[in-house]
Amino acid sequence: MKAHLSRRYRFSASHRLHANSMSAAENQSTYGKCNNPYGHGHNYTVEVTVSGQVDAKTGMVCNLVDLDGFIEREVLARYDRENLNTLLEFAQEVPTTENLCIRIYDLVHRGFTCAHLERVRIEETMMNSFEYWGAAKPMF
Amino acid sequence: MEGTGLFRNSRCIGGWPLTILLMVYLTRKAEFSASHVYHNPEFTAEENRRIFGKCNNPNGHGHNYMLEVTVKGEVDPRSGFVVDLKQLKEVMNHEVLDAMDHRFLNKEVPEFLHQIPTTENIAIAVWQRLSSKLERAQLHRVRVYETPDLFVDFYGEE
Repeated sequence: MKAHLSRRYRFSASHRLHANSMSAAENQSTYGKCNNPYGHGHNYTVEVTVSGQVDAKTGMVCNLVDLDGFIEREVLARYDRENLNTLLEFAQEVPTTENLCIRIYDLVHRGFTCAHLERVRIEETMMNSFEYWGAAKPMF
Repeated sequence: MEGTGLFRNSRCIGGWPLTILLMVYLTRKAEFSASHVYHNPEFTAEENRRIFGKCNNPNGHGHNYMLEVTVKGEVDPRSGFVVDLKQLKEVMNHEVLDAMDHRFLNKEVPEFLHQIPTTENIAIAVWQRLSSKLERAQLHRVRVYETPDLFVDFYGEE
């Protein structure tokens, strides 16, 4: 039987929302305080949901050790205590949490083979969260 | 023409009243505490340790599980309810909490005498215990939190 398993991880990073294609005034009006030239930081929570058949022998969708190891190596090591604007993937793209969500989804979707990735959800603060489901229809 | 009050979802079309039934999802939470051990007798001791890690400690360990049961249904135009919450609470208490709260799952819950009580299997067992017992609403999702950072969703057999 198919089940969905979700795991929450945390990392802290800084960013500045600024689009090179916009004028200073446009950046200011679009991004407000997030356009502060020195940047600012968040404690991000990433919720990763994978799905698959529950293995009859282990009772698991996938071994948490594999999922935790992958996220630690490929996501947390990449983003924790970083300035997102300095990373290659955000050289041409504004590091909004929408874009970060899609980047992390792509990383997990391409690299994690033990279960099927359903969605990535990121809480930027306790008040804001973002979800990306790829091409799949969201399930609630 | 739109209705008002309890019948606000009733409309008159072509002079005939037509009730438009609205699908609403309702979630109720419950907490239970239980212990378990992950061990498959078909595996060697070494395999059990390698696959299940600390969860293979033979004396077991425990969690405060948080259960979220989501039902869906059309809003009854007379009561305004999707489900009688009292009935849902009673079914959850009787079928799940009485069976699992403050229990050693491997030894005291029939489903887990021959199946490992992982969070996945607990979610499936809760679904199977509840799905036939609900009167009006239809079970949509069972979510079981083992910890605040790990949870499983089961939507029935897909």
